[in-house]
Amino acid sequence: MNKAICLDVKGMTKWFGGLAANQDIDFFIEEGEIVSIIGPNGAGKSTLFNCITGFYKPNSGKVSFFGRDIYRMRADKICKLGIARTFQVVQVISDMTVLENVVTGALLRFSTIGPATDKALEILAFTGLIDKKSFLGTELTIADKKRLEVSMALATQPRLLMLDESMAGLTPVELRQIIDLIKKIRGQGMTLVIVEHVMEAVMEISDRVVVLNTGKKIMEGAPKEVCSSPEVIQAYLGDKYRVVC
Amino acid sequence: MKNLSLKQITVGLTILVMLLIFPMVVTQIFPLQVMILVFMYAMLGVAWNIMGGYAGMFSFGQAAFFGIGAYTSSFLLMTFHVNPWIGLIAGGVVAALVAAAIGYPCSNLRGHYFAIASIAFAEIVRVHFNNWTLVNAAEGISLPMLDESFINFMFHNSKVPYYYIMLAFLIIALVVCYFVATSKMGYYFRAIKESHDVAEVLGVNVVRYRLIAIMISAFLSAMAGSFYAQYVLYIDPESVMLLAISVQIVLLSMLGGAGSVMGPVIGAAVLIPIAEVTRVCLGHKGTGVDMLIYGFLITIISVYQPQGVWGLLSRIGNRIK
Amino acid sequence: MPEQLLQQIVNGLLIGFMYSLIAIGLTLIWGVMNIVNFAHGEFLMIGMFTSFWLFSVYGLDPLFSIPICFLLLFLMGMFIYRFIVSKVMKGPMLAQLVVTFGISIFLSNLAVYLWTPDFRLIPPTILQGTWEFGELNLSIPKTIASIGSIITSVCLFLFLRKSKTGKAILATEMDREAALLMGINTERINSLSFGIGAALVGVAGAFLSTYYYIYPQVGGLFGLIAFSIVALGGFGSIEGAFIAGVLVGLAQTLGGFFFDPAYKYAIVFMIYLITIWIRPQGLLGW
Repeated sequence: MNKAICLDVKGMTKWFGGLAANQDIDFFIEEGEIVSIIGPNGAGKSTLFNCITGFYKPNSGKVSFFGRDIYRMRADKICKLGIARTFQVVQVISDMTVLENVVTGALLRFSTIGPATDKALEILAFTGLIDKKSFLGTELTIADKKRLEVSMALATQPRLLMLDESMAGLTPVELRQIIDLIKKIRGQGMTLVIVEHVMEAVMEISDRVVVLNTGKKIMEGAPKEVCSSPEVIQAYLGDKYRVVC
Repeated sequence: MKNLSLKQITVGLTILVMLLIFPMVVTQIFPLQVMILVFMYAMLGVAWNIMGGYAGMFSFGQAAFFGIGAYTSSFLLMTFHVNPWIGLIAGGVVAALVAAAIGYPCSNLRGHYFAIASIAFAEIVRVHFNNWTLVNAAEGISLPMLDESFINFMFHNSKVPYYYIMLAFLIIALVVCYFVATSKMGYYFRAIKESHDVAEVLGVNVVRYRLIAIMISAFLSAMAGSFYAQYVLYIDPESVMLLAISVQIVLLSMLGGAGSVMGPVIGAAVLIPIAEVTRVCLGHKGTGVDMLIYGFLITIISVYQPQGVWGLLSRIGNRIK
Repeated sequence: MPEQLLQQIVNGLLIGFMYSLIAIGLTLIWGVMNIVNFAHGEFLMIGMFTSFWLFSVYGLDPLFSIPICFLLLFLMGMFIYRFIVSKVMKGPMLAQLVVTFGISIFLSNLAVYLWTPDFRLIPPTILQGTWEFGELNLSIPKTIASIGSIITSVCLFLFLRKSKTGKAILATEMDREAALLMGINTERINSLSFGIGAALVGVAGAFLSTYYYIYPQVGGLFGLIAFSIVALGGFGSIEGAFIAGVLVGLAQTLGGFFFDPAYKYAIVFMIYLITIWIRPQGLLGW
């Protein structure tokens, strides 16, 4: 059974002045997969996200989404096509309630508030935020804000969900909650790409792992493979260490 | 009117009825004039609120649209004898087009940068009109006197018809604002106000929605401008395109509560009578005391109650619940 | 007519250096705490009136009142920051925009109340007249003011680069959080910067009072021009504001010369808009 290629990235390159934040990066994602992108700080992971989703304009490369060319497309158009993402620094609408936030996302696919609200309530029930639907954006904890951000993204009914470090700064309990949520989302048929530092999570949920270092892709493969690769270990820890996983 | 409670509707209707019978009860000229100004500034505040309070574009240049409306209808009347009501619509259209033209290159500007750009734009417009011979430059336009009638938008003997017309305009503006606030547009505006990134990531075409907000705001402001021209029968750049007018609009919107439909109305209802009364009692000697108090109030409000009266009422309302 | 053009260029430079001094105070405040001081023009006005009253009451020549203007405006700036502006720093954006407007309205009308709206002029003192170089006329007060502006700017520049406090200010301007992590008391820096920004424009006021009309509303236009200059130079960049001030002065006189003098201020505002559209970070900004 051949799975469709959800996202196909070729030769992604982005320069900031003299620094190559992304250099000639190739990878693809199959529909229904969970792929993690890892790498030490400054490797270019968020830059890659931003280039794919239209928040940065890359210098060269090709990106296609289910066969459709989205290279350098405007961010809102990419969202309409079905790619949703979260940000490294969580972004929710602070003056709105949780429900209103998700309704804003749902309005992409509905033109009136009524049906959009129904959809939003459905999503909040799915992500476990339904009890806090009247809380203001500013009143939430970091973990809940991240969950809200995911809910907003889901409300746009994407086919690909890209999460940028959604596990940073979470307690072990909150971490478990978000891992379960990601699994639940995948269970609904979603394709996911996540940038992550929390290795236990990466190992647990990923089908494949892509490793970046100083702007280049240095390896990709199954989680265990990648984790024991000396090149990857070197990228994170330098020459002196060896890790046994 | 789905979201209004029975209590809110009752209060609203009561106030409306009181406003409707006001001119029959109070017959002195001064209160009538003050109320007309209150309605006019309330409408300008509501117009500002759509782009400022909701979409986060804090414009300090609304006087430009106000003035463009006033000048368009007056010029058309003076030169081509176009009926003022048609001139009013034309003024709105011209203002909206100008708004789009200036709004587009400013699509990425936020906060302080947008504010200053709006001031720069409005000042350029004012200087231009001050020197444009087509509209009599600094001399201004004295509107031709037509026979008194509703069609001619001219009433010689009494100000009362102006009162009702301005009230009707204000209600129109409030209906537009209410519709915007409770529709998809309103949600998208508020997302844009939070950040362009949040809006874009939810699929909002930020440039398009910003332009829509500016154009609606400009149209309504221009309507108020045309009204003013017909009311006062003389306009010049110093009286309709002044920075002070733009600042006043922002201040009263903030005082009443930016980001709520009725906020600017409350702000106008409080600020304009105070301004007018102090101007007449204290200001005519040129001592500036009225503006002194005004400046002081504004500073205090920014610091201690930036959510305005509406914010205060909401807080009290929440506590009562 | 090259002499007329040259004269306009000279005039432009003389106006420009004055603008520079006014603008560097504004860009310092903006750069350090990201707030637009809409009352900046009113600080200028207070500097001018201080110099005027010191002259009228004590016969003090404006040039000697410069240190007093500096000190007075410095204290005033710090006071305004500490008791008013600092309280809205964490508030909504609209409040931050409006509060300095409020202060501006308050100050200009306080001046009207205390001193009437009359226009005043300091009669020519020890510095007066014009130097003539062939066909060129250099107004002496304006030239002294320009020299003073250059000296003051250089002093500021050295203070920021060489002194410990100055470097702390620059650090806060570049990266507030990093400065906090380095143990810099950024609240104190804010307060100091507001004070210095006000003091600088107070000095500009003293210089300006030697040849310009002094009246309560004088701040309005200068304030608006200062925004254009700060944008052109790059928000937060002192060197940028200095250069931009001169450029704007030149643009104003040359624009008035080649086009219509009535439009000279419109040209200045056009410069702001074009700069902000094409190169938002300005000439030297980050």
